[in-house]
Amino acid sequence: MIKTDILIIGAGPTGLFTVFEAGLLKLKCHLIDALPQAGGQCSEIYPKKPIYDIPAYPEILAGDLTHKLLEQCKQFEPGFTLGERAETIDKQKDGTFIVTTSKGTKHHAPVVAIAGGLGSFEPRKPLIDNLVEYEDKGVEYIIKEPEFYRNKKVVIAGGGDSALDWSIFLSDVASEVTLIHRRNEFRGHLDSVEKVQELKNDGKINLITPAEVIGVEGNGKIEAITVKQDAKTFTKQCDHFIPLFGLSPKLGPIADWGLEIEKNAIKVNNALDYQTNIPGIYAIGDVNTYPGKLKLILCGFHEATLMCQSAYQIINPSKKYVLKYTTVSGVDGFDGTRKEAPKAVVKKIE
Amino acid sequence: MEQDINIKITDRDGVTHEVLAPTDMAMNLMEVVRSYELAPEGTIGICGGMAMCASCQCYVLSDTELPEMQDDEEAMLSEAFYVKDNSRLGCQIQMTPEMEGLEVELAPES
Repeated sequence: MIKTDILIIGAGPTGLFTVFEAGLLKLKCHLIDALPQAGGQCSEIYPKKPIYDIPAYPEILAGDLTHKLLEQCKQFEPGFTLGERAETIDKQKDGTFIVTTSKGTKHHAPVVAIAGGLGSFEPRKPLIDNLVEYEDKGVEYIIKEPEFYRNKKVVIAGGGDSALDWSIFLSDVASEVTLIHRRNEFRGHLDSVEKVQELKNDGKINLITPAEVIGVEGNGKIEAITVKQDAKTFTKQCDHFIPLFGLSPKLGPIADWGLEIEKNAIKVNNALDYQTNIPGIYAIGDVNTYPGKLKLILCGFHEATLMCQSAYQIINPSKKYVLKYTTVSGVDGFDGTRKEAPKAVVKKIE
Repeated sequence: MEQDINIKITDRDGVTHEVLAPTDMAMNLMEVVRSYELAPEGTIGICGGMAMCASCQCYVLSDTELPEMQDDEEAMLSEAFYVKDNSRLGCQIQMTPEMEGLEVELAPES
């Protein structure tokens, strides 16, 4: 059982900044995210896109913002459960919570902060009739363990970075890699496109474009796919079919936690502390809603800060506290580091 | 307002809405749909309007002249589902006075 003070669901910008604000109050955080890396949408959807409305940054790439937030909160040693989706929440008799993930990892905390953005990212599945029948029987939407594909015949479908990157990577692992895309053009980093071209020329990647996978067949396990290219249709043998058409966020199991939901978001008390209808559970950032709500990263930062002050009172009901300024008090990391403003020089002028 | 144009948007339940869209607010079609709440939050404009998610895909029903498709929109549509010949991404269509009478239908959520 992982124990922490504030359990944060969602490791996007709002969740990461919560770690910092909680750290100033000597509260420890642990984050759960369905994605295998921190950063949320910023790292998953648009890491190379600039953001222009982060205060004091005239321009910052979404990926760089993630790195800076991780750097800023590092001294407070956050724990991470990545690649697992928060599934259930159980309120204990003492008012604390146990949150269990899709892989059964249990987390125990007196306060839960949902910073889940638009929800957890789920793979977008192509519209092939019996595809679902073969899920985990040769059809996978996410590559978790590349070794799984050693000496197998793999078909990847898609035209973005993940389809390109995995085709390149698996060309060294699988016995045969086929990449199928609806167009001849690919939407990805130039390096990746050029590498796939090179591997195709060397006969290491079998490229079928413009074409589409329209069917899967097998016997308890996938054995072949049906490909439509121009007017002709043909069958291709394979051991694995991996459609990589990106991810789309879904509120998912959080919707069943007994929280008040409005417009696909969690209702919170914005006059006070962003607490939900369940005391001890907060919702901050894009996942919440209240009159006048704006889904902006900078609003998430503000909400995280106020929420931490309220969480402090739940965790330390009888302790007095007054807001401190980092410039005055410095920052004491849980890792033993200390940051502080240099003392002013006082010297006499003769 | 004289800058406003009349457009028709058919939502995902098949209901057609006649709405006034401003052309002086740098709004795109996806944002017009959101401003009138014609699709639930979180099901449209997920990427914010960067042609990176296709959640604002729509079918253009009128023969209104629209801005030419750029590479990123074309690439995204080539990976989207339920794509038809008249598919466009709403976020890539900026509202202009010339679009008076535009008629679109939202593509299914995917």
